[in-house]
Amino acid sequence: MTTVLESLNAGLHAAMETDASVYVLGEDVLDPYGGAFKVTRGLSNAYPERVITTPVSEAGFVGVATGLALSGLRPVVEVMFGDFVTLITDQVVNGLSKYGWMYGGSLDIPIVIRTPMGGRRGYGPTHSQTLEKLFLGVPGLRVLAPSAFLDPGALLKAAIDDPGPVLFVENKLQYQRRLDDPMFSALAIQHDRQEGYASAATAGVAGAPRPQLTIAAYGDMAERAGEAQIKMAYELEIFSELVVLEQLDPLGPGGDLPRPLQDSLRRTGCLLTVEEGTFTHGWGAEVLARAVEASSQKLAVARVAALDSPVPASRALEALVLPDIDSVVGAAQKLIAALDG
Amino acid sequence: MRDSAARYRAMLRIRRFEETILDKFATGIFHGTTHTYIGEEANAVGVLEHVRDGDSVFSNHRCHGHFLAYGGDMRALFAELMGKATGVCGGRGGSQHIHWRNFYSNGVLGSTIPVATGVGLAGRLRGGDDVVVVFMGDGALGEGVIYESLNMAALWRAPVLYVVENNRIAQTTPIELAMAGGIPGRFEAFGVPARDLTSSDVEEVAATAGDVIEEVRETGEPRALVIDTRRFAPHSKGDDTRAESEIAEMRANWDPLVIHASRLGEGERETITEEVNAEVEQAFTTALGDPEPRVEVGAA
Repeated sequence: MTTVLESLNAGLHAAMETDASVYVLGEDVLDPYGGAFKVTRGLSNAYPERVITTPVSEAGFVGVATGLALSGLRPVVEVMFGDFVTLITDQVVNGLSKYGWMYGGSLDIPIVIRTPMGGRRGYGPTHSQTLEKLFLGVPGLRVLAPSAFLDPGALLKAAIDDPGPVLFVENKLQYQRRLDDPMFSALAIQHDRQEGYASAATAGVAGAPRPQLTIAAYGDMAERAGEAQIKMAYELEIFSELVVLEQLDPLGPGGDLPRPLQDSLRRTGCLLTVEEGTFTHGWGAEVLARAVEASSQKLAVARVAALDSPVPASRALEALVLPDIDSVVGAAQKLIAALDG
Repeated sequence: MRDSAARYRAMLRIRRFEETILDKFATGIFHGTTHTYIGEEANAVGVLEHVRDGDSVFSNHRCHGHFLAYGGDMRALFAELMGKATGVCGGRGGSQHIHWRNFYSNGVLGSTIPVATGVGLAGRLRGGDDVVVVFMGDGALGEGVIYESLNMAALWRAPVLYVVENNRIAQTTPIELAMAGGIPGRFEAFGVPARDLTSSDVEEVAATAGDVIEEVRETGEPRALVIDTRRFAPHSKGDDTRAESEIAEMRANWDPLVIHASRLGEGERETITEEVNAEVEQAFTTALGDPEPRVEVGAA
């Protein structure tokens, strides 16, 4: 059965097969290597003319890809490590995210920038970060993150078909997550999609009573939150609803929260956000703020995120800094205890 | 190839446009800033007369001259600087962010160079002999992304002409304080042949640019053209720290209009001048009367 990695790879193959204007650019993307994390494996053998291995020039090749997009092609750019998005910031923030709008609104910039974020592999402070929050709130840029709860390859293909620019945030450990992970058979999962937005999944432990809290998460942390959800239900009798979002930004129509999250909050009145990035000024802060602003009832809220620290290389230290299943369980327990108290 | 009268007219249109901007700026009718092209007109006119329909042009913060020489509408450019609905980009871009047909400008120095390179690469992938012309100043050469782009342009054979307008000053910083080494070698290091031209004679610029663009078109490979030029006006509006004598020397020896004027009869020059003055006045007045953009909350 398929992993997230295989699904993304299949999505790329499908996009290149169905659309001759799709090009893939990035460092070391050629076969037999197929990219540092193998997401582009097999593409250059199948489409040698449309897979371009680049020099180590992230800003430059993202700019070149923008030129391809301006010319009507559909470039998919791989930035080898998510940490390197700092190198492409000018091209993204002052360039490709604005061109469609600032030039009068008539231009399409169909570019996808894929990059793996995340730690837990001991790569140390400059190869383990979760930096997408730096790109949340950039007008004209869509930020997406695939999830094993949904269909990673289909999301990538949809991003490639999108006429506007997309930052597509993958996660190194998530690559090996199976789409038939045993966790999923313990969960009742409902999919939802709003027009113009990526999908969301709402998951609850199958057969559980009415949920007490809503957990909002994306990417690899959503899958860890799913495991936490099962653990809480069976070991602590804390029942939750997990809303998994593929689209981080814009959040939802008119700046509202995505509908499944709104619906879940109406049921629980309690929200826990979960992310792997550092705590302060994160995705969760924005989601919580929106939830509180939009709610007529009193909401109980909390956030799970990494410590406000660089990601250390040591396994022991890394585990201390990054949130995991137990962080989610602990935060949920605390939140529920405060509600009961 | 244009005749002498057409080149004179093209340069004078830019000169009068820019003078009008500087002259009227204090009245508050323009919103934002401007970077005028006064003194450098021969570059835009001499280079861009060789551009054809399928070609693309990328420009920088100092883009008015390039836009007008490309064939852009003068009233729409006035209107863009006034923030009017009829502006080139409906008032969204302002002076530095212009797009019309295959013309693009961006105010972040160096940032267009990889994008232009990508448009060139797309042309090669598509086939045909369209070329891309991208302008940059000597100041932009401090930006590293330019060298990343040159590497890829040479590696992937992108039909791009990189034009450096070396006016020897970046805002207020003279080139001696900002640049080590020379300019052509920066291109040649990547295997991109560079031509160096010290002239503000539009005929010389046009002849050299014509040769180089033809080379790009025929070979499908990148080339560079470095034009030693002079900016007479401030970087922006009132921020010139140079000595008046220095400016006077430039105006005396480097003015492309003066250099080219002798090739036209006096009557011909007067007729062109009257026509251009009237055109600029008309474009300005029309733009002034144009409507403001419709403002919708959340849909700017």
